Amino acid sequence: MKHRTFFWFFLPTALAMLIFIAAPIVSVVLQSLFVPHEAVLIETENCGPFGCTPSTVIDQEATDKLRQEQPLGRFAGLEVYRDRGHLAVTEVRTAWAESESWGDFFSVLGNLPFYRSMAFTLTYTFTVTPLLIMLGFAIAVAVNSLNKHLKGVVIFFSLLPMIVNPLVGSLVLFWMIDSRGVLGSLIQYLADDPNLSLKASTGLMWISLIIYGVWHSAPFAFVVFYAGLQTVPMDTLESAQVDGATRWQQIRYVVIPHLMPLVTFVALIQLMDNFRVFEPIIGFNASAHAQSLSWIIFNDLGGETRQLSAAATTSVLTIIGVAILLSPVLVRTWRDFKEKA
Amino acid sequence: MTPAARNKPLALRIGAAVFVVVWLITAAFPFLWTFWGSFKVELDFFSIADWTNALTGERTEETYGRPFTGAGYFGAWVQEGFWRPVINTTIVCFFVVCTSLTIGTLAGYALSRSSYHYVFWLLITALIFRAMPPITLVSGYLPPFFQWNLWGYLPTAIIVLVAINQPFTLWMLHSFFTKIPRELDESAKVDGCTQFQAFRLVIIPVMWPGVITTGLFSFLLAYNDFAVTSMLLSEANRTMVPEIAAFLGTTYTEGNVMFAVAAVVSATAPIFILVMFFQRQIVSGLTAGAVKG
Repeated sequence: MKHRTFFWFFLPTALAMLIFIAAPIVSVVLQSLFVPHEAVLIETENCGPFGCTPSTVIDQEATDKLRQEQPLGRFAGLEVYRDRGHLAVTEVRTAWAESESWGDFFSVLGNLPFYRSMAFTLTYTFTVTPLLIMLGFAIAVAVNSLNKHLKGVVIFFSLLPMIVNPLVGSLVLFWMIDSRGVLGSLIQYLADDPNLSLKASTGLMWISLIIYGVWHSAPFAFVVFYAGLQTVPMDTLESAQVDGATRWQQIRYVVIPHLMPLVTFVALIQLMDNFRVFEPIIGFNASAHAQSLSWIIFNDLGGETRQLSAAATTSVLTIIGVAILLSPVLVRTWRDFKEKA
Repeated sequence: MTPAARNKPLALRIGAAVFVVVWLITAAFPFLWTFWGSFKVELDFFSIADWTNALTGERTEETYGRPFTGAGYFGAWVQEGFWRPVINTTIVCFFVVCTSLTIGTLAGYALSRSSYHYVFWLLITALIFRAMPPITLVSGYLPPFFQWNLWGYLPTAIIVLVAINQPFTLWMLHSFFTKIPRELDESAKVDGCTQFQAFRLVIIPVMWPGVITTGLFSFLLAYNDFAVTSMLLSEANRTMVPEIAAFLGTTYTEGNVMFAVAAVVSATAPIFILVMFFQRQIVSGLTAGAVKG
């Protein structure tokens, strides 16, 4: 296709992505470097019959003028990045110098919002992803060994947890594990503790969120692996059987190596998706126990005071996190491209 | 199935069957439970005394004389005006799907028919954009939208969703168009068609399976979005998912949890129907990305 024709075909998409993805990224980075102007104050003296009292008032005109002239705000450099709400450089340094043990140090970190949310986001990402891959693989192998007519039904019901909105899905689970819900009562009965509530304990809350995450994403792994299982080379499998391989050995040495590229694919996609975990925290009403980076951005942006520069800074930090997770995909795509070329 | 697979020992087959049944219950039971419970009163759905009340609806019968009640649905749809977000969602989904497919097919087709180096870089850029969590972009949207008075309206949210959707649409359509043989439009061009005529007359008639699959995923993205719509839409223009989130804040305090339950079931129903009719396309879409890598 000629460059010119290509240009016209591609133009609408390119414009949409430039204006609504590329430009906002630039704008987010800029916003994170500026803070809003403080109001301009002027000192005046109120003189009455009993002497003069100094007072400060906001100079509306000067404030408006300043805001007009520099709509982005005051240039702050990396100041927002270093403040307590983000990387908290000073706090971390004092904690490092003063705390006597690792435990002390981590408990200080745990009270800083950014590190607390980072701890949850990373724990969630790196427990949910391997668990969902294992569960998805197990379901795929089990379904594959069953009657073919059943597979439609299984796939139908398996797709539901994945395809409904994460907020809706997490609410549906949350109402069941509520202390008055059916699973909540069952857990209380099993633990023999009528006051047990998942909402009260940080550890249990994290576990419920992780279970939700696996429930939500395992179907994706299942569907991909099931499709992969249909392409396992039969002659390799048969020759393994002739050589006397047990069922487990067949899976271990024939099926799993064949599916390995798919495992990598699912792992990379899911790492990126789980890193942005957000809706279940709203659905589980869990923000007191677990916060993720996305939740912090959402929280800063919502409400009466829209803290744009704080949100922008967390956004930039999140984007850096995603970029680190994405780098293996990019390297792999680049290598494929090089091979083809 | 190989002969060996058919000769599996009974224990193994039973084990597999039990495992699959357990998984099916895990996957489907929460939805069935919530659907069943949405026709009960709150004291049955969240039963402290006896969990079987949620099945039999004892308190519901005391209150309404029948074990089922539509009170939750009435409260959500009529009292709280849930029909408005439903209409908004319909509008948003319709326009997002149409727009993103229109501009996406053009671009995806162009990408699949061009062999220059920039195609690779465009696809890589799309991949990077696809990985961006949408919520990180929101603080970039807000100041200009406030400045130009664009904030809060449906068209704004539609355009933003189309743009966020584009990277994924591009990848998917690119892989579908690559499967359509180049000879088709090449021969049309030999017969004197321009590139656009070749696209319109030869490619459009054969592209529908891929476009429908991509459209399904665009629909799901628009339907399920929470981060963008809750931040960019005013209260009157809210779509379903942010409205459900807003319900949570008010209903937990007012004791109308059943409204939220009914709203959640109402929002799930279309997805249920969608999976029923388009299961094959959804599965092929999910695996298309995997096979391509």
